[in-house]
Amino acid sequence: MFLDFNSDKPIYIQLAEAIEDNILKGVFEEEGQIVSTTEISVSFKINPATAGKGINLLVDEGILYKKRGVGMFVSIGAKEKILQKRKEGFYESFILTLLEEASKLNITKEDIIRMIEGGKA
Amino acid sequence: MSLIEFKGISKYYKETKALDNVNLTLEPNKIFGLLGRNGAGKTTLLNLLTNKIFPTTGEITLDGATVFENDAALKNMFYMMERRLYPENLSIKEIFKWSKAFYPEFDGEYAYSLCEKFKLNPKKRVKELSTGYESIFKAIIALASNAKVLIFDEPVLGLDANHRDLFYKELLANYNEKPKTIIISTHLIEEIEGVLEEVIIIKEGKLIMRKPVADLLTSAHTVSGEASKVDVYLKGRNSAGEEMIGKFKSVTVLEEVNTINKTMAKELGLELSKVELQKLFISLTNI
Repeated sequence: MFLDFNSDKPIYIQLAEAIEDNILKGVFEEEGQIVSTTEISVSFKINPATAGKGINLLVDEGILYKKRGVGMFVSIGAKEKILQKRKEGFYESFILTLLEEASKLNITKEDIIRMIEGGKA
Repeated sequence: MSLIEFKGISKYYKETKALDNVNLTLEPNKIFGLLGRNGAGKTTLLNLLTNKIFPTTGEITLDGATVFENDAALKNMFYMMERRLYPENLSIKEIFKWSKAFYPEFDGEYAYSLCEKFKLNPKKRVKELSTGYESIFKAIIALASNAKVLIFDEPVLGLDANHRDLFYKELLANYNEKPKTIIISTHLIEEIEGVLEEVIIIKEGKLIMRKPVADLLTSAHTVSGEASKVDVYLKGRNSAGEEMIGKFKSVTVLEEVNTINKTMAKELGLELSKVELQKLFISLTNI
């Protein structure tokens, strides 16, 4: 995991996404415990309020859940939820940016399709 | 609890107004960054808070009680100063012992464990310490004091990158374990940005900004592109600092990014991006 302070994305969102990435990769398994807010705060040198905000985002979405006095755990079905959400965001985060950059470079839609089909990825 | 209030604080030195009518409330248990250029009045503010000097007008209270010659209130605050105040001939060990007398909650065991982490030999005398190790030694006493309010004036002065990193981590570990009010005055904005919850900016003795870091950063953005187009974008907007490189111009705009701004920037072929705390600080305090 790594946080970029120069990114347009707020730190707490980067943190939430990094945790999601690790759930997708299987580093954090469903029903498994994840690192604590304190550990996140100390190792990334961020204010615990920021760390808490990132974690709460995932709690609100049902990706993580709190076990009182024990810590944070990955919900059952979290992986599926993240996949769904990311797929929905795929068009906006990747396709739109791709088209924007392509138009700057005068690359046509046909060129793009050819590149994809030609496996130039 | 440790609610700090500055009420109409001014401090004059003969003709100079070091602080000019500062009103500021610091809620308990947050990490505040006190930012300002050299001579802005940061140290004066901290000296007043800890009753080292007295205000010309106004009052400062801790949980409602004035700090003015109030030993009970002052014992709740630990102030790590830039200046050297410890007797030079004493060893670190001896100073730890003395600290316990002034701050009964001083945690000696924790202080020694920090010495080990920073590789500071507690048998050394104060006068034998390098600039960096003097900062470390003072920071260790502050962290171990267990005071409800910790005040750091340039805590990482002379520290190398590894020790600065360790300091921020130990500070956060301490804060996570025992939440307290922490006020840090520093010029190294970039590396402390993430640690802070709120930012206080003073300029020429006046409070000009006080906001949560996250809000401060979203309250502004940078616009960049061809100078003439940037000027079109800037019409009627509040901007702070600008940089020109040939025909390329980049300006800090004191306004949130919204869909209207985005559309306008897109039509003009301009780019909008996040502003860094350090850049925003420079823009706000540069005039």
